[in-house]
Amino acid sequence: MIKLKEVKILSPTGHLGFTPIEEESFWKGVNRKPDFICADSGSCDIGPYPLGADVAASPEEWQKHDLELMLLASRELDVPMIIGSASDTGTNRGVNQFARIIKDLAKKHELKPFKMATIYGDVQKETLLKRLEKGDVIEGLHGRPPLNKEILSRTDHIVAVMGVEPYIKALEEGADVIIAGRSSDVAVFAAPALWSGIPENIAFYAGKVLECASFVAEPFAGKESVLGILREDEVIIEPMSNYQRATPESVASHAMYERIDPFIEWLPGGYIDMRGCVYEAIDEKRTRVRGSKFYRTPEYKIKLEGSGKVGERCFMIVGIRDPYLIANLDKVIEWSRKKVKEKFGESGYDLYYHVYGINGVMGELEPIQNPTPHEVGIIVEGIAPNLETAKELTYLAGRNFLYARLIGVKGTAGAAAFISDEVLVAHPAYEWTINHLVKVNDPLELFDIRFETVGGI
Amino acid sequence: MKNVPLVELAKTIRSKNAGVDHITFDIIFKDRDVYEHIKQNHLITKELIAQIYNMPPEKIVLFVYFDPAKAIKFTIRRSKPSGSPGETDVMGAQQYPPLFEISLMLPESLLKEEGGGSQG
Repeated sequence: MIKLKEVKILSPTGHLGFTPIEEESFWKGVNRKPDFICADSGSCDIGPYPLGADVAASPEEWQKHDLELMLLASRELDVPMIIGSASDTGTNRGVNQFARIIKDLAKKHELKPFKMATIYGDVQKETLLKRLEKGDVIEGLHGRPPLNKEILSRTDHIVAVMGVEPYIKALEEGADVIIAGRSSDVAVFAAPALWSGIPENIAFYAGKVLECASFVAEPFAGKESVLGILREDEVIIEPMSNYQRATPESVASHAMYERIDPFIEWLPGGYIDMRGCVYEAIDEKRTRVRGSKFYRTPEYKIKLEGSGKVGERCFMIVGIRDPYLIANLDKVIEWSRKKVKEKFGESGYDLYYHVYGINGVMGELEPIQNPTPHEVGIIVEGIAPNLETAKELTYLAGRNFLYARLIGVKGTAGAAAFISDEVLVAHPAYEWTINHLVKVNDPLELFDIRFETVGGI
Repeated sequence: MKNVPLVELAKTIRSKNAGVDHITFDIIFKDRDVYEHIKQNHLITKELIAQIYNMPPEKIVLFVYFDPAKAIKFTIRRSKPSGSPGETDVMGAQQYPPLFEISLMLPESLLKEEGGGSQG
């Protein structure tokens, strides 16, 4: 650990690669000579498919764009660059992909040699099975049942969400670039702060406030850089774009963004307590926060995220304009469902009708009952174990809107409009199967840290 | 006293995923006095939210008044994890509009100007 009185961390994006970093505010931030340039690159928001199928959700061109900016700035300033949850999922695939991009960029720009750490956190099903067989309890979060063999059998890919320790280890070993797997967003920023001697009470909160970059400021904007200035007992937030301000309100509002609770944030090994936070405007642009706390828990628990394939998935888009059919839509859908049942039976597939214009967005949460839209759009969603069946049942469900037998229908030449008479093949359907906590004796035990020298060739 | 819809009093009303099993809602008010009045008089409660979304109150895992941002925040349990088959809003980003129409009876002295009062 080194001991700095003040640590400056530049946060250029809340999700590296998802859409490109804005360059003007980034270089303004670099001119302030930060001690670290950090970004998180992952999210669960993209749904369970990328993790389950182990693919990126962001185009590689944008990932390269963002990594190139950060790498060039970090090498120019000779300060560490830290990336967490590489390539959306933070799987080993993502870490390897980003490491490859970094090596290509080093070659392209003929960079001097630097040390790159890669941190892997994929978890094999066998590892967890062994723990279960030993009698370990892997507790489910938010009312999910504890992990069991049945859940594991429905899961295709699992990652462990790392805390600060693997990052600190990599920094201790002299890493100039860190490309890490799935991480707590907070850890990506808190780790370099802790390593620089900033106390836990400030370091963890600063991580929380910086991880989404310009979302902490107003007016609302993404992908603009924000500078965090961390001291022993405070963190100062300063947006780098010329049109954004960090106000006590914008910073406080951000504490609650995308989180279950605005006062407590759980992390590997402990929690941030924001109940005592005092937000104070330094001037029009900058806000200072004091009073955050971090408490360690007696046991160190690491979150596991897992996703598993449900089946192949197809969609068909159906439009209806006839008011009589709209008024009797339940019967039309019942007809379509009945035709599918006749062919495929009662189970072994999933079939959903998303009715835009009625409750396609909110489903069962929609409070408006019996609306009278002049037209509706229906997305038929069909899921089956294989693609041929998924296609066939989605066709059957979609095309039967044409033939719905309803007493009193005037339009006997067809009761539906198709943009195109075709079934669209979607990504396979996945679901979040694992959202669990596993106890560890050592915060590093599920992670594999490797080092290599890059550049200079 | 005057009836005012929430949409006129809030500067932000949003919903978003909080992890894969929850959707969280933030209502950030424009005016500190309006916020305090609503808070003191319990004009918006967990029970009201449960009624609007037609769900049992126990599905609302958190409901708080959050003073630093003059905001109300509540979090609901999803009926299935985000992005599951049949699920309609993978980011949980379009579940807030029913909040717009919450009708609040406020003293006219609080409603200093168009749009719900002074900044503060």
